[in-house]
Amino acid sequence: MLSGLTSSGVLDPQGPVAHSERLILFDATVIMLAVIVPVIIAILAVAWWFRAGNTRAAYRPDWAYSGRLEFIVWSIPALVVLFLGGIAWVSSHDLDPHKPLAETQPLEIQVVSLDWKWLFIYPEQGIAGVNRLVVPAGRPLHFKLTSATVMNSFFVPQLGSQIYTMAGMTTQLHLQADKPGTYPGISAQFSGDGFSDMRFNVEAVPETDFDKWVDETKAGGQALDYAGLTQNSKADKPAVYRGVEPGLFEKILDMETEGAEGQQNAPNATVSPRAPVSPRNGGS
Amino acid sequence: MLGKLNWTAIPFDEPIPLVVSIVLILIILSVLGWITVKGYWPYLWREWITSVDHKRIGVMYCGLAMLMLIRGFSDAIMMRSQQSFATDGGGGYLPPEHYDQIFSAHGTIMIFFVAMTFMIGLMNFVVPLQLGIRDVAFPTLNSVSLWLTASGVLLTNMSLVIGEFARTGWLAYPPLSELKFSPGVGVDYYLWSLQISGVGTLLTGVNFVTTILKMRAPGMNMMRMPVFCWTALASSLLIVAAFPVLTATFAMLLLDRYLGFHFFTNEAGGNPMMYINLIWVWGHPEVYILVLPAFGVYSEVIATFSGKSLFGYRSMVAATMAICILSFLVWLHHFFTMGAGADVNAVFGVATMIIAVPTGVKVFNWLFTLYGGRVRFDVPVLWAIAFMVTFVIGGMTGVLLAVPPADFQLHNSVFLIAHFHNMVIPGVLFGAFAGYNYWFPKAFGFTLNERLGKAAFWCWFIGFYVTFMPLYALGLMGMTRRLQHTDNPLWDPWLHLSGLGAVIIMVGIGLQIAQLVVSIRDRVALRDVTGDPWNGRTLEWSTASPPPFYNYAVMPNVEGLDAYWGMKASARTEKHEQPEYEPIEIPRNSPTGFVTAFFAVVMGFALIWHIWWMVLLGLFGAFVTFMVFAWRKRDEDELPADELARMELERAGAPA
Repeated sequence: MLSGLTSSGVLDPQGPVAHSERLILFDATVIMLAVIVPVIIAILAVAWWFRAGNTRAAYRPDWAYSGRLEFIVWSIPALVVLFLGGIAWVSSHDLDPHKPLAETQPLEIQVVSLDWKWLFIYPEQGIAGVNRLVVPAGRPLHFKLTSATVMNSFFVPQLGSQIYTMAGMTTQLHLQADKPGTYPGISAQFSGDGFSDMRFNVEAVPETDFDKWVDETKAGGQALDYAGLTQNSKADKPAVYRGVEPGLFEKILDMETEGAEGQQNAPNATVSPRAPVSPRNGGS
Repeated sequence: MLGKLNWTAIPFDEPIPLVVSIVLILIILSVLGWITVKGYWPYLWREWITSVDHKRIGVMYCGLAMLMLIRGFSDAIMMRSQQSFATDGGGGYLPPEHYDQIFSAHGTIMIFFVAMTFMIGLMNFVVPLQLGIRDVAFPTLNSVSLWLTASGVLLTNMSLVIGEFARTGWLAYPPLSELKFSPGVGVDYYLWSLQISGVGTLLTGVNFVTTILKMRAPGMNMMRMPVFCWTALASSLLIVAAFPVLTATFAMLLLDRYLGFHFFTNEAGGNPMMYINLIWVWGHPEVYILVLPAFGVYSEVIATFSGKSLFGYRSMVAATMAICILSFLVWLHHFFTMGAGADVNAVFGVATMIIAVPTGVKVFNWLFTLYGGRVRFDVPVLWAIAFMVTFVIGGMTGVLLAVPPADFQLHNSVFLIAHFHNMVIPGVLFGAFAGYNYWFPKAFGFTLNERLGKAAFWCWFIGFYVTFMPLYALGLMGMTRRLQHTDNPLWDPWLHLSGLGAVIIMVGIGLQIAQLVVSIRDRVALRDVTGDPWNGRTLEWSTASPPPFYNYAVMPNVEGLDAYWGMKASARTEKHEQPEYEPIEIPRNSPTGFVTAFFAVVMGFALIWHIWWMVLLGLFGAFVTFMVFAWRKRDEDELPADELARMELERAGAPA
């Protein structure tokens, strides 16, 4: 039972982001346990020792103030928070989802959440996957994310940070899978009746295998029918597509901000040029 | 004629809600029938429904909260059992469209109609007694608050039978809660229930801020107020500041849904994140609206049962007010994963941690209150100690979630679910139970059964750990919240364990019901004749149990903190001397609250179903009620001094 705890999820990191986050999790927990455990023991011990039946315990009914103790009492949590606040500040900047992981050119991936499935677009390769995300192991990944429906949260626990997908807005995320393997991904923001099955697998493969997969997908496979994807569906089988129209991601973004009803399901409808930068355009 | 309402609103094709509805309707009808047969209606109308006595209103609030606890817990155990059955990717027994309503209703009911209602009930009953006064500042308004809360409860529960409840989660995030994605009446039930009860809550806030600031017994300056009154003040201030935000936010969503506005829609310039910011500007202070009065209960209980003054009274007051202010500065930590920049996340992360300082101070002060005491392990203090031990664990996981990169991993996971249940169950619910056991004898004149109280406590305490510790583990294993089914063999044992915990809690609730029933049966043996069964420290214990409707025949004169303790220490319980009685102004009963609430329900129901003529009828009725009340000739009766003297003598002479 306990082995499951360390062999999956956030305690079994498979990328640099998840590794750093687990370290923060452990550090913060240990620092706090150093205070919490003695406090819990003290509460139980004091309550028991000063029970009414214990004649050896001194009864001091008027002992209700001690300046020195008050000082300590405010200091202990203040010091712990000062320390943890430092961790929070530094780590927020280090692990900012917008921040590239390395100098090397990352693989660009565009993510669109739909009801109720994930669309992953590889703009440089012109291919896409639904509920299936194949990535080269060891290479940084740069995600740009939006939603063609309600809000969702893109999350691969073993790779690290999750981030919201919001219609008409772009968020950004940098992740990397260190080793080849299959890592489950989910939506971590409730999005309606089909939410429980909004799952996908991240398949991290060696760089050469990735190139081979790209070529195969380009050569064979179905062309992407985006309008078809916007129809509600649950528990879609993983699939890959070729022939992704260039600029599809941007078009989806536009449709959601402009969006008279009806344009939602018509990706080829002419839309006016990109509206002014949306309020939280990924903070870029 | 009936708007959107027709026979399809009744869930004939869904056996579970249908059977539940029928059983509930039968229970309600049989209770109403029993009251009619026994001829209790005039009594109920005179003594309870139209009562503006803060003690009666407090009792009714608590009763309402306990009923809703059963409703909210039924939802909880359905969720836990669904998740423990549907572990093979199968559907379990609740389809998504039903399961989604259950978790939305669970959160809504537990926060608004259990936690907040219970705390407001305790505030109503206790605050005027502790301040040594005879009622709140606006007694009739207080009755309006109660009945508007009851209206919200009624509308929420009507959705079980007629139509559906929201399927959006308890905060109804747009765009999911917009008409495009939630075309049914569920979100409208949610919005109107909370708009109506929210008005009641806001009025309560206004009422208690006024009462505490303006109406204290002679000699009771602010720094002589019992800590519970301080926490009630802080909570009321938060209500006054935060609830208008909720009302405005819901109003905007309603405009979107009813009149095609675009505040929070995806398209036409709307921005759903505005709603999410606004709802948490209300939502985070809301947490402290709930937990601060509970902190007050613990302070009273721990001091009383240790036989000591509260350690560090001034620190406690400072910590309470600090939390009150800080609670408005941290809302963004509920959505670090929105993608705001590192600076924004870091500022809100650090601000969140700072709240842990005053909270930590409180824990240490309670510890030092126990130190040097003579701790009597009666039921209320068991809840308090269990709270202290459990709450620090929740505090730890809370600070963990306040570190933005840790939150990137744990946000919306069941780790988060475990965290906030770890705050709200020990923090608020245990406080409510401690207060219920502590003040019950004051309210009804007899104590609650000790054995069953302790048994219930142990079930809740153990059940809590068995239910929620597995959720921490599951969260770390990557399980997110609100899953209708799962498909991961590693999670199964933890989900089953969590389900078992819910069963243990259910036994606890059963024992609490038994405790109440047995105590009523044995009320003669459990009679509290002294008015001070716990050797209390604050003024409410200086009057009889239950107190007369005027609370104090003579206004107590307060000479220090722990006023009644001081009186007992100097052996000056004024019962020995024949006091000078003065005439008392007693507020008259008023049906205003009940009638207003009746029309509010009519209006809310009509709005939900788009029955526009009925909306006008409800509005008109409420307006007429208001006019009648505003033009009232007399709202107080005078109780003459000699009548008061006669009543006091009678009570003193009555065989104990």
